[in-house]
Amino acid sequence: MIRINNFIIPLFSLIIFCLLWEMLVWYNNWPNYKMASPSDLWPAFWKFKHLFLIYGWETFWRTVVGLILSVLVGLSLGILMGFSKTIRIGLYPILVGFNAIPKATVVPVIALIFVGMHNMNTIIIVILISFFPICVSISIGLSTLEREYEDILLSLGANKFEIFYKIALPKTLPEFFGALKVSTTLAFIGTNLMEIIEPHGKGLGHLFDSGKISADYPLMFAVLITLAVMGIFLYYIVVYLENIFAGWAIRK
Amino acid sequence: MHINIEKVSHQYETKQGMLPVLKNLSLSIKRKGFTAIVGPSGCGKSTITRLVSGLIKPTQGSIFISNKKITSPLSTVGMAFQNPVLLEWRNVIKNIILPLEIVSKNLTYNQKRSNALDLLKLVGLEEFENNLPSELSGGMKQRVSLCRSLVHSPEVLILDEPFAALDAFTKEDLWDVMHKLKKERDFTCILITHDLREAVYLADQVIVLSGRPASLQFEVKTNFNEEKKISDLYSSEVSQLLATLRNQIEIAQNKND
Repeated sequence: MIRINNFIIPLFSLIIFCLLWEMLVWYNNWPNYKMASPSDLWPAFWKFKHLFLIYGWETFWRTVVGLILSVLVGLSLGILMGFSKTIRIGLYPILVGFNAIPKATVVPVIALIFVGMHNMNTIIIVILISFFPICVSISIGLSTLEREYEDILLSLGANKFEIFYKIALPKTLPEFFGALKVSTTLAFIGTNLMEIIEPHGKGLGHLFDSGKISADYPLMFAVLITLAVMGIFLYYIVVYLENIFAGWAIRK
Repeated sequence: MHINIEKVSHQYETKQGMLPVLKNLSLSIKRKGFTAIVGPSGCGKSTITRLVSGLIKPTQGSIFISNKKITSPLSTVGMAFQNPVLLEWRNVIKNIILPLEIVSKNLTYNQKRSNALDLLKLVGLEEFENNLPSELSGGMKQRVSLCRSLVHSPEVLILDEPFAALDAFTKEDLWDVMHKLKKERDFTCILITHDLREAVYLADQVIVLSGRPASLQFEVKTNFNEEKKISDLYSSEVSQLLATLRNQIEIAQNKND
């Protein structure tokens, strides 16, 4: 029953959302260049279905690869910062400063450094935008480990590595997955930032840009909806992994 | 395993300068003995547990376990705290075998499990083998924590207020569990506590520490009965003992002021 509810309730809320959206457009009598309604979207999808498939896949794989790499970067920095106070104090200002820079301004810089390497550019932006939450959550999780947890193993003569993978790492997994959910949605922002600002004929960002140039508003909305659907899909993959690896922390 | 603490002084570095917590403390605990240490709050009782387990080194003096000076953690020590610190992602049995994963790496899982199960039966939790800690009550968690501290058959068991957060009846249940464990297993025990009844009921020797920096203030044997029962705690002999200890704590507190 719970499993069915987990599917039915979100689906139901989605349908209500679309109905309200449709009604809003219909009631205000907005033309589709002001605000497209859900019923305008399907024709837009259908017209460009091949482009959606190709570009959608491009955006998707680059986001996923970028996300995986940002997990690696975030994890390694977070582990270093969690264990060494010196590294933590040393790196925090740099990381916070880095994160405070609007990524849109970094896009042209990256694009200039790696001219023409579209995939790499996009992935770098994804990493830059998504590693921070992971890094912070892991470093906080590791540095706030209660002393007793360490003591039970240390008093037996365990080494730092054993404490890390038997206690510290599993204990920070719930925080890690919390951060990964944030990073997942950020990752799509990263991909599209690169695709829209630095147009090079790839990805959904490019399709969005084409829609803008040709004033095809339903197409632009269709791209946004595709991105939302991909974001939801990736989010639930993370939830699935969380259930496997950190299911013990989820209240039933 | 007898434990000798010889002229130990210890101080911590704080922002306000050095904070002396132990001063010239000497005491000895006989083999298989059960010693309770009581004293005013913050007088350095927990420091003693960390010193005896080898987690920290004393600033001065030395500690010997069977005439061997402790310089680093020993795998022959088990510890349990007020916070049961169970690993939430492991079920009960896997929590208990954790120390074996460090000190007896060559045992198979089944051997580890059967060691853990023996203890789990002693504390009356054998049906909860596969439960997660979040499904247990506070008293049950503390029982599991006790099993974990004993699974590698340590020669010294260090208990740092393990029953302090439990309600009165659960506490008394666990005292009896402790008696049972002590009878079945062969270990020397140090118990840190604020509860004088607990000290008198469980230990055969009670030590009162003075206020910070702590040194030995008072020492008493509590062998009022061969096999202690809860009802003994209401006898006049024990009442008198408790009154004496209470008085000693007051003296220790005054010194602190």
